[in-house]
Amino acid sequence: MPSIHELERLAVQMRMCIVDMMGSDKAHHFGGSLSAADLMTAIYFHAMRYDPRDPAWPERDRFVMSKGHCVPAQYAALAMLGVFPTAELATLKQLGSRLQGHPAAHILPGIEACTGSLGQGLSFANGMALAGRMRRLDYRVYCLLGDGETHEGQVWEAARTTVRQRLANVTAIVDRNGLKAMDPSYDADDLCRLGGRWEALGWAVREVDGHDMAAICGALDWARAEDKPCAILAATVKGKGVSFLEGQAQYHNAALTREQIAAARAELEGRREQITEVGAR
Amino acid sequence: MSECYQTRYIYGEALLEAGGRYANVVALDADLYTSTRTVLFRDAFPDRFVDMGIAEMDMMSTAAGLASCDMVPFVNSFAMFLTAHCYDQLRIQICYPRLHVVLAGSSAGLTQGPDGASHQSLEDIALMRALPNMTVLVPADAIETRAMTLAAAGELDGPIYLRLGRYPVPNVHGADYRFALGKAIRLREGGDVTLLACGHMVSAAMGAAQALEGEGIAASVVNMSTIKPLDAEAVHRATRESRLVVTVEEHSIIGGLGGAVAEVMADAGAGVPLLRLGTPDVFGESATADELLNKHGLTPTGICRSVLQALG
Repeated sequence: MPSIHELERLAVQMRMCIVDMMGSDKAHHFGGSLSAADLMTAIYFHAMRYDPRDPAWPERDRFVMSKGHCVPAQYAALAMLGVFPTAELATLKQLGSRLQGHPAAHILPGIEACTGSLGQGLSFANGMALAGRMRRLDYRVYCLLGDGETHEGQVWEAARTTVRQRLANVTAIVDRNGLKAMDPSYDADDLCRLGGRWEALGWAVREVDGHDMAAICGALDWARAEDKPCAILAATVKGKGVSFLEGQAQYHNAALTREQIAAARAELEGRREQITEVGAR
Repeated sequence: MSECYQTRYIYGEALLEAGGRYANVVALDADLYTSTRTVLFRDAFPDRFVDMGIAEMDMMSTAAGLASCDMVPFVNSFAMFLTAHCYDQLRIQICYPRLHVVLAGSSAGLTQGPDGASHQSLEDIALMRALPNMTVLVPADAIETRAMTLAAAGELDGPIYLRLGRYPVPNVHGADYRFALGKAIRLREGGDVTLLACGHMVSAAMGAAQALEGEGIAASVVNMSTIKPLDAEAVHRATRESRLVVTVEEHSIIGGLGGAVAEVMADAGAGVPLLRLGTPDVFGESATADELLNKHGLTPTGICRSVLQALG
């Protein structure tokens, strides 16, 4: 299992993959893909039982990207694992590409669920967990949601089902980056109630810093050990890792210039070197 | 008068049979299991029955997750809720990846009756037909319902919409009936008019054909129980052999069987008039099933009258 330090390095690599595959001059979902990068790294490289050589292995842990517009982070994870060639990342959203703008499970190995219309992923994850129980397989199901996505009513239908069906192998991770496409996801009062909503439905809830790798891994380990469904509310920063994107709703889905991409890459390179140095010491 | 059956009842029995035959069949229901008749499956296979509560959207997406893990979920509710309330979930999570999920739309059409417009699905065939990868089946009687249910659980693949009713209808097929996807079934031969019907309206069309005979008009009757993929050859044959083609369905004349047949005829440049019988561009309303069928002329007498009028 990779060390926390190694995971931090992988997270920077994931951010570089995201920036590279998106490139300049075309609108992409930079903000939410980057905010989720640490969570995605911990889920795929720390938590999941997964064999990249056999992404259809029946006993694999499953990951559902409910906030489907952030699938570039999942594409990066799958390419880094070797499920498909890294070179294919550059085909994102091009005609004929397997890397569709939103996840297409029947087109690209490693993608489990078709999402893109928000609010539906947790229900799908519950279905996978129910199938696991019926087929006597002990896999876990991880589902990443956006905080804005939890405005969708179906999320709460699903959250009720997870508990009612006692699907302790389902873990919901909320990428609480605080911004939607236009505005903040929650005002301060509303945000206080987010954890309470999950708790009221019977979930175990833990709040973590979504950019603190040790804390994220700790929460995922906690969720595995709990005997009821666990929700990890991860406080993140939209656009994390590229300073001029951070906390800016206008980069939810936007085109960057060539200069901006170069600056983003340089900043991430710097961060990678910094981590490498720390590791060498 | 032969015995009449509600297709939803036969479906419940056939689903139970499918559950015994296939270990991967699962049933999901949203608080209607006595009405949808999944109660039989629930009692026999409690480990493969999921009571979702009143949460149809969640039910649809949960079924998608089950199907992605090699189970064959049957999703149950009233036809209206199943097709309209969860259209988005169905579209992106089931039809797009072509998952094998069976939607059993119960109490479809006008004959849902007293509950009125909110519960009467008059657009469901149109909605389901528009979805890529979807198969649309409308059984005409008990025999066909059982065959289609078992086929949907077994040899068929991808998303399947099965439209079921609560109006008692007699069997129009014999015990030798075999379901073949996309194959229309000719039930009666007559050279003047062809009645293309589906669901409850097949037996009504048979009655209408008999009434037309009394008026000196010979009518063929064809059961178009697979709406998608539609048997285009059956439509071509109707246009070759008849002066008038008639579609009869318990559904809006927009987008359902009538719409599908109109598309095939227009594509072929068939110069034969088409009469689409069903509900006009309106919502349903509360009344008894028979009152509603009478109001919209969807009875043997009503169909006969409309055909005579169209022939002039």
